[in-house]
Amino acid sequence: MSLSIHELSAGQEIGSRTIEVTRTDLVKYAGASGDFNPIHWNEAFATSVELPGVIAHGMFTMGSAVQLVTDWAGDPAAVVDFQTRFTKPVLVTDTTGTADAGATIEVSGIIGKLDAEANTARVDLTVMAAGQKVLMKAQAVVKLA
Amino acid sequence: MTINPDLQGRSYPAAEVYDVGREKIREFARAVKATHPAHFDVDAAKALGHGDLVAPPTFAIIIAQRADAQLIEDPEAGIDFSRVVHADQRFTHHRPIFAGDRLVAELHVDGVRAMGGGAMITTRSEIFALGADDSREPVTTTSSSILVRGEGQ
Repeated sequence: MSLSIHELSAGQEIGSRTIEVTRTDLVKYAGASGDFNPIHWNEAFATSVELPGVIAHGMFTMGSAVQLVTDWAGDPAAVVDFQTRFTKPVLVTDTTGTADAGATIEVSGIIGKLDAEANTARVDLTVMAAGQKVLMKAQAVVKLA
Repeated sequence: MTINPDLQGRSYPAAEVYDVGREKIREFARAVKATHPAHFDVDAAKALGHGDLVAPPTFAIIIAQRADAQLIEDPEAGIDFSRVVHADQRFTHHRPIFAGDRLVAELHVDGVRAMGGGAMITTRSEIFALGADDSREPVTTTSSSILVRGEGQ
């Protein structure tokens, strides 16, 4: 798929995606990224530093949310800029040994802005968990064909 | 614990080289639940015009956080890692990261400001790919802010 700026308009929806998260996913992300902060895998440690429990890596949430944009763009290399603020932690409950998710992240995206000169589209993501916006100003800039 | 205000403006030169491997790209892609074939299948990446597997858009965090570790682990910095919360993050890709890249990161401390009993620290990593003759090609600029929470925050 290649996207042309002439076929796009600001406000257009690019789709949505639901991401189920378990404690195992956080351990995998810790290993893959090298971020072994125990607040992402140890309940006792997380509560000892005044967190409500084990929370997802902000970078797990950011990294999984952008897949909606990557798949829409058709080429991961088309994402030339990606930023966010982390506003609320994603609390992941311990569902080890069951088929249940420990948290559910809902991602949806709209085209926020088109830049004809740079031939790019800015996709604005809305990322929610437990009824709260967990990312703010989550914006990915996509280079168009 | 107090954050050293003199950190602002400090730079840490490029340290060890990070060799981007295909299996690491696949592992990281699975860890962020990415399914795009350009992360997994060399032929699929080549069909899009790339020389090798393409890293996911946030892959550079591995290299950036290694660079950040130099600051966090610097005893002069006074940062308690267990009280660090990631506040914001940005990736600007000058070109994509591909399997086979040899990357280095230069860390810059762009801002330090007190917040409550803690501090907000903004860092930037300039990530370069090393060429055969040790030339440097700009690949990605990452910037992030971390909040070091004070007691009771």
